[in-house]
Amino acid sequence: MSIVVDRSGPFTHGSNNVSRTMFTVLAALTPATLFNLYLFGWPAIFLFVVTMAACLASEFIAIRVGGGDPNRALGDGSVLITGWLLALSLPPWAPWWVAVVASVFAVFLAKHAFGGLGQNVFNPAMVGRVVVLVSFPVQMTAFVPAKPLFSAGAPGFAESLHITFGRGVSLDGISAASQLGYIKTELSRGVPVTQSMAHLPDLSDMMLGFHPGSMGETALPLILLGGLFLMARKIITWHVPVAMLGTLFVLGTVFNTLDPARHASGWFHLISGASFLGAFFIATDYVTSPVSKQGQLAFGIGIGLLTWIIRTYAGYPEGVAFAVLLMNALTPILDQHFRPRVFGRTRKGEPLPLKGDK
Amino acid sequence: MKLFPIMGGIHPEYRKELTSEKAIVALPLPEALYLPLQQHMGAPAGTTVEPGDLVKKGQLLARASGAISAAVHAPTSGRIEAITEITAPHPSGLPTLTIILVPDGKDEWAELPDAIADPFAVTPQVIRDRVAQSGIVGMGGATFPSAVKLGLGTSHKLEILLLNGAECEPYLTCDDRIMREHADAVVDGARIMAHALGAPKVIIAVETNKPQAIEALGKAAAAFDNVSVAPVPVQYPMGAERHLTQAITGRETPARKLTADVGVVVHNVATARAVHDAVRQGRPLLSRVVTVSGGAVAEPKNVEVLLGTKVTELLKFCGGAQGAKRFVSGGPMMGQPLPSLDVPVVKGTSGILGLTLAETKEAEPSPCIRCGSCVTYCPCGLVPVEMASFIRHEKLEEAAKIGVQDCVSCGSCSYICPSHIPLVHYFNYAKGRIAALDRERRKMEQTKALVEAHNARLERQAQAKREAAAKAKAAKEAAEAAAQAQSSTQGGASA
Ligand code: SF4
Ligand code: SF4
Repeated sequence: MSIVVDRSGPFTHGSNNVSRTMFTVLAALTPATLFNLYLFGWPAIFLFVVTMAACLASEFIAIRVGGGDPNRALGDGSVLITGWLLALSLPPWAPWWVAVVASVFAVFLAKHAFGGLGQNVFNPAMVGRVVVLVSFPVQMTAFVPAKPLFSAGAPGFAESLHITFGRGVSLDGISAASQLGYIKTELSRGVPVTQSMAHLPDLSDMMLGFHPGSMGETALPLILLGGLFLMARKIITWHVPVAMLGTLFVLGTVFNTLDPARHASGWFHLISGASFLGAFFIATDYVTSPVSKQGQLAFGIGIGLLTWIIRTYAGYPEGVAFAVLLMNALTPILDQHFRPRVFGRTRKGEPLPLKGDK
Repeated sequence: MKLFPIMGGIHPEYRKELTSEKAIVALPLPEALYLPLQQHMGAPAGTTVEPGDLVKKGQLLARASGAISAAVHAPTSGRIEAITEITAPHPSGLPTLTIILVPDGKDEWAELPDAIADPFAVTPQVIRDRVAQSGIVGMGGATFPSAVKLGLGTSHKLEILLLNGAECEPYLTCDDRIMREHADAVVDGARIMAHALGAPKVIIAVETNKPQAIEALGKAAAAFDNVSVAPVPVQYPMGAERHLTQAITGRETPARKLTADVGVVVHNVATARAVHDAVRQGRPLLSRVVTVSGGAVAEPKNVEVLLGTKVTELLKFCGGAQGAKRFVSGGPMMGQPLPSLDVPVVKGTSGILGLTLAETKEAEPSPCIRCGSCVTYCPCGLVPVEMASFIRHEKLEEAAKIGVQDCVSCGSCSYICPSHIPLVHYFNYAKGRIAALDRERRKMEQTKALVEAHNARLERQAQAKREAAAKAKAAKEAAEAAAQAQSSTQGGASA
């Protein structure tokens, strides 16, 4: 009897695989997402469904065109994460076509133009978000205060269909800026941060999510819970989130202490915008972040720093998406510069000196 | 005892319970034994018998040839049927020269060398000679001739003989059983080896998932001040030489050096038992304990097997293996796939595993998602994902630059990779290619040096010729000039 020997060991394998990893991430996102869908009602639900469907369809077509087997590729679940994160980073009452444009760019341009899963340099969901943010700034900054499903004042089913799929619904009158946007506008009018802060919901309300923002920018405790769950399952480690949030917090605190009229506090930076979602679910994207722990720390610090700079000095109120994309571009370089120390070698790669030859 | 952390590593499913409570049983005498001349690292042994010879148990069949080699002995008495090529228990499946011995069933002993009554009173050389004579090799699977490794004491100042009872490979329990059932022999063998090495201290490292072995060894070692048992955490690959050395002593062996350079020599527990037998009883290495296990094996067992027994026989003894997806010699992490079941058990065969698909969890590789797990878990601090991508593009030099030759092929990265990428396969390929290229380069350099020397010699000869010619010419010219001068003076004189 002869047996085919086609490869070397090991002849056992961990229970981990790609789709399990991806679906664990989705599971971790679920509580925060459900809560947000509830907070923002039917329009948010429609938008979520549209985004997911558009991403799936784009992926299917992209793989078909590339000659791959769509069933196998879709099975890995990666496109669901892209769609999901993209939906969470859109204003909940945005019209359907914003979601579709974002999805098409996320999947075709950011992912498949680079060669598909594992090859892309930039985080697809963030590419999608940034494309629509620069193309449709009005729609992308029209946030609404939370109007939980079935509460008084929440749009009904038919009205919601109209909001998502209708033509030219005006959100005037009900729309509001996100806190970051609000502070920035006020600051440009000469109102110091110390004063404009007084008009915002207090920090604990903001944490819970009862404030205007993109879907995933609210409900921080649930996002944090999801992040901790991912850490417990060893899908992500603390390095990127802690480095990013830590940097943001430290910068915020230092500058707030130096000049409270110009700079919001560290806490405020942490809990507003997409800091949490970004730290736990976006910056930790495997494909577009460095592979070594050292590289991940540098990557996280970079995102924290850039986020703070963009929020503070640039024209856009929110900077997480841009910061992530900028650091994505640096990932190959970080990968080259931050490697673990090889066993028996110095950091430079020379064999360790023996005791005797010192 | 204070331990030191090692980096990376994984916690695979161990499944040792399949055989850990199965005491070692002996396999009945098989119909024929197939003894390859190469069961060790180094040069194959040279036969000392002819087909048709009658041999006794323990008789030398093939002698070590060269500095790194190991002798082969008759595991039982019988007749040499043939010396021929058969499939080797190696993934290549290439044939190898093998002595076929048909037992006569009498199991008659040959005259053995005398037992060494007090091994601590003789010189290390005497012990090493006995170990060499007995054909003992590293029985953890490395199969490096033990006598050579025991010679490290002459070139290095050693402090510790580290006896490796970690047995970190899943499934395998042969070392566990040896430690439990033959603790005294193991401790005695270790002390003899330490004496041969000139190492004052013996530490026996055992993973904590083998509490009975730890207890048994502790009892056996209690009488000796310089022997201690160190329970080490369950963490694959704890049993890798350099990592075990680091865990126990905190000393990190520099790349391209030996653990001996940091004062430690590592030997396997089964080797210690073999050394005990060789020194105390004069018995050469004739058999070994093999763990036969895996989900496909009907009755997993620990079996004391005569070297040269066919794997088919061994599996039959264990109730057969139906529905195995893979047959592996050794453990599932670093073991070798068997090219056929019609191969013999050799000195390095620590296990024969029949694994089902549910156990191998083999799957088609999918694209790398850059999850970084392989980087996190590599116990050598390498970046497997990057090395693999270099190797895929045949950029071997770049792969070498980031350390592919420092990879110990432990398999942690492949094990953990969610995309099922056969990373170790790439690394083994690259290491083989790089070694081959190195050899080629060296050969080319040698050839070049030879050619250059040849050319230089020719050049020298030509130069000598030219010089000689020039000299001759100069002499001739001088003579002619002299003659002319003479004739002109003569002429002048005559004028
Ligand atoms: S473990 Fe596998 S998928 Fe993850 S980075 Fe390494 S090679 Fe890629
Ligand atoms: S096989 Fe090599 S690269 Fe992979 S984990 Fe082990 S030492 Fe690291």
